[in-house]
Formats: sequence, structure tokens, C-alpha cells
Amino acid sequence: MSGGALFIAVFLACTVEAVEALTIVLAAGTSRDWRSAITGVVAGVVVLAVIVAALGPAVTAIPLEGLRLVVGGLLLVFGLQWLRKAVLRASGLKALHDEEAIYRRERAAAETATSVRRGMVADWYSFTLSFKGVVLEGLEVAFIALTFGANQQNIPLAAIAALAAVLAVTVAGLAVRAPLARVPENTMKFVVGIMLTSFGIFWGAEGAGAQWPGADAALLVLVPVVALFALGLVAALRRSGNTVTGAVAS
Amino acid sequence: MIGKLKAFGAFWYDFVVGDDWRVAIAVVVALAVTFAVASAGAPAWWVLPVAVAVVLPLSLWRVARPRRER
Repeated sequence: MSGGALFIAVFLACTVEAVEALTIVLAAGTSRDWRSAITGVVAGVVVLAVIVAALGPAVTAIPLEGLRLVVGGLLLVFGLQWLRKAVLRASGLKALHDEEAIYRRERAAAETATSVRRGMVADWYSFTLSFKGVVLEGLEVAFIALTFGANQQNIPLAAIAALAAVLAVTVAGLAVRAPLARVPENTMKFVVGIMLTSFGIFWGAEGAGAQWPGADAALLVLVPVVALFALGLVAALRRSGNTVTGAVAS
Repeated sequence: MIGKLKAFGAFWYDFVVGDDWRVAIAVVVALAVTFAVASAGAPAWWVLPVAVAVVLPLSLWRVARPRRER
């Protein structure tokens, strides 16, 4: 259960974030300069690798109980953020994430920006747009992969899941050469929110000294209960009849 | 320099805490209660699920409420 859940959570989170980063890079590359956009991607990946390489050993050096308390708590705060937004989107109180709309918006902004050369980078705007996209989207994945991996004492599996997702999205992006609008991002974010919240509850409680009935098997109950609770909240909010018109981006 | 530090702090606040700081506070309080209950020798596994069951609907209600009042 835990190894599979670790892989699924990191893979889904990474896929969602990689799709979002791809949209930004595509907008920068197609509307301005591909070479600068790709340089920005490479620079962003290097920064993320340095962050993971620095934080990975530091996180794994913390005793497991302390790690579960701190990381479980952080994961729960983080998971509730994801789940809160996912419930708001599913109930119509927040606009759905729409890659096509984001692509159009980023492209329009990129087309009007002035071109500036800095050092080896021909177009600074394309570089910074891609760099920021990769670092900001990748940071969430790095956080999820490190926290899940460290708690499961299996950072390599988390890294494999993250790399598999990035590879899948990159291949799909190269094949389609357009935003991956058909990826069910909103559903995937809902699932990731459920998993982060469930594991945050589980590890946070363990770290604070609680004993779960059935030990790890408690997760088999916790995950579906959190899912049903979140779906119940969606149904209740939908019944309230307040919706956002149109699916735009956020 | 101070502006950059503020921006750095604001980024990490937004990254970890997000839109509703009350959720983060509630999680910290719930962890402290779990620790206290577990230290007293009583079952404490239920504290965080109950906290989530209370905090998440309240946080969502805060978003939904102003729309209803318009």
C-alpha cells in the first residue's frame, strides 16, 4: 500500500506540475525564442536538482519520529491547501484549471514584451518565463517527493516516480507540440489532495505519539474516508448553487 | 535588500501556508493536542481526523459565504 501510494502520489503530483510547466515553456518558445526558453528549462532543472540534493540528505538525517511530526504536519497543511482548492474547483466556486486558457494568456503577454539580450541568453523574457515556470512548479513536486520519500524511507522510489512523470509529459509535449489540455488535471489534483491529506494525518499523528488502530492498515480506511468526505463537501457546496462562470486559469 | 527578503518570506509563506492561515494554525494546534493526549496515555489517533473534519468545511464555508450574501 505505502510504496504504491508513494509512487502514485508523486507521479500524479509531478504530472500535473509538469503539464503546467510545459504550457509556460511552450508559450515562451513558440511566441519568442526556443533556445532561450530551453536554456531557462535547463537552468530551472539545475536549481531544483541543487535544492533536492541539499535538502534530501538533511531530511533523511532527521530521526523518523521527529521527521513524521514535522513533515506530517507540513504535508497536512500542504495537502489541505490542495484539497481545499480541488473541492472549490469541483463544486464550481473556483474556475477550473484550463491549460488552453493559460497558454493563450501567457502567449499574449509574451508577444507584447520587449526583447532584451543578457549575456549568452538571446531573449531574457523567454528565459525567465521558462525558468520561473520550471522552478515554481517543480518546487511543489520536490517538496512532495522529499516528504513522501523520506517518511517512507524510499527517496529513490519517489525520484523514479517524479522522473517517470516528467519523461511522460515531455514525450507527450514533443509529440503534440501544444498544451496538454486533455490531461484530467483537475481530477488528478483532487486525488493528490486526498493522498497528501490522508498521509499527513497518518504521519502527523504518529509523529505526535499516537498509535493507529491496525498500524499501517489504518491508511486503507483513512484514504477512502478522506475521499468520501471531500466528495461530500463538493456535493454540499454544489447544492448551495454558487458557481463561477466559465473555466479560466489560475 | 529588505524588499527581496520580504519577497522571499512572502513566497515561502504562500507556498506552505497558502490562502487560509487558519488551516495551518489549526493543524499545529491539533498536533499539540495529539501529543498531549498521547502523552497522557489515552488513544490520540482521532484528533487529527476530527480537526480536518472541522477545519476543511469551515475554510470552504468562508469562501462560499460571501458569494451567498451578494
